[in-house]
Amino acid sequence: MMDNIPHTHEGPNPHAPRPDHDDTLTHHKRLEIAVRELLIEKGFLTADEIREAIERMDARGPHLGAKLVARAWVDPTFKTRLLKDGSTAADEAGVQMDQPTRLIVVENTPQVHNLVVCTLCSCYPRMVLGIPPDWYKSRAYRSRAVHEPRTVLAEFGTHLADDVAVRVHDSTADMRYLVLPMRPKGTEGFDEARLAELVTRDSMIGVTTL
Amino acid sequence: MTPRFSVGTSVNVRRGNPPGHIRTPYYIRGKSGTVERICGEFRNPEELAYGRSGEPMQVLYRVRFSQKDVWPDYRGPVNDTIDVELYEHWLEPAH
Amino acid sequence: MGGLQAGPVERVEHDYQLWEKRVDALMVLLSRKRRFTVDELRKGIESLPGDAYDRLTYYERWISSITSALIHRGTISIEELRAKLADIERRPDGPQIGKP
Repeated sequence: MMDNIPHTHEGPNPHAPRPDHDDTLTHHKRLEIAVRELLIEKGFLTADEIREAIERMDARGPHLGAKLVARAWVDPTFKTRLLKDGSTAADEAGVQMDQPTRLIVVENTPQVHNLVVCTLCSCYPRMVLGIPPDWYKSRAYRSRAVHEPRTVLAEFGTHLADDVAVRVHDSTADMRYLVLPMRPKGTEGFDEARLAELVTRDSMIGVTTL
Repeated sequence: MTPRFSVGTSVNVRRGNPPGHIRTPYYIRGKSGTVERICGEFRNPEELAYGRSGEPMQVLYRVRFSQKDVWPDYRGPVNDTIDVELYEHWLEPAH
Repeated sequence: MGGLQAGPVERVEHDYQLWEKRVDALMVLLSRKRRFTVDELRKGIESLPGDAYDRLTYYERWISSITSALIHRGTISIEELRAKLADIERRPDGPQIGKP
C-alpha cells in the first residue's frame, strides 16, 4: 500500500534503511517493555492491538494531507466543505479521522498566510500528516512561532511582504490545523494526482509556501 | 449548553495563575481578543489531567488576537494575528 | 513556553524507532480504551522534576509520564513494575526487545 505513495514529501523516507538503535537498552526502553508487558498480562490490551496501532501510524503521512489539498484545488465545492468542516470533508475524501479531535483547515491567500504551532505540547494533525518532525516539537519552534513568526518563517526560507497578514494558530486544545497552501502558478493543466505530488508537509504546517 | 459568547464578541482572557494543569497559555492571559469560532463542547482538560471525568463539559472557542496586543514588542504589521483555543471558564466579557 | 527566548529552529528530524512507536501506540490504545487521557500525559510531562524535561527525549518523557499515571490510577502497581523490571534484567538472551 505504501508503494503507491510518491516520495516527494520531505521527511524521513519510509523505505530508507533504518538503522536499528533499539539494541542499546536504556532505562526508558526497559520501562516501555515492562509497562507494555504488564498491560498485556493484565488484559488491558493485546500485542495485536499494539502492532495494528503501529501499522496505522506508519500508514499515515503527508500524502493524506496532500490529497485533501489537491482535491480542494481542483474542486471548489470540496474546498468550501473542507474549509467549513475539515473532519467531515476529510472523511468524505476517504481520509479517516479516528481521533476525538477535529480538523480545521485554514486557507492561505494572497492576503493571509497561516502558520501552525502548539506552544503547550506538540498537538499536530496526525490524521493527515503523520507523526510530527522533531523541530515542530522543539523548544525553539514552540517558543518563537507565536512571538516572532516572521523571523521563524524566514529561517525556513519563507519571506512574506508586509501586506500579507501572518495568522498564527496555537493548537492548544481539541482542534488540529492543516494549512491549505496556495496552488503554485503554472500548474493549470495538472490533474489531482500530479498536484498532490507538489504539496509538501512543511507547506501544510505553514512554514513554507509552494 | 448555550455558549455564553457569540462569534464576533470581544472577550478578555482571565488573568491568574492557578495551581494545577492549565490549558490556557501563559502569554495570552489578561489579553483581549474576538471570538472567531465556537468549536463545540469538550470535557474539561484541566480536570481530565487528574483522571477525573472532565464534566461538566466546557464550550471551547477560538479567539483571535492582534499580535500587537499580545506582545508589546511585536515586530510586524498591525494585521498580524494569533488564534488561540480557549475554554469558556477562562473568558469574560470585555468592557 | 510560547514567547520565551530561544535560539534558531534547528530543522532536525529522525525516523522514529520501534520502541518510540510502541510508546505512542500505548498512548493511543490506552486513551481509546478510556484508561488514560492525553491531559494526564501532558500533566505528567509538566511535572517532570528539574532538568528532566530537557534531558529526556520526547518519547522518554512520554513513557515516564504514562508509567506514573498508570501507577496513580492503580492500573499497575509499583511492586509489579519493580518485579517486571528485575525479570527483564534476568532474561537469558538479554531482554526481549522489539517484539510486542
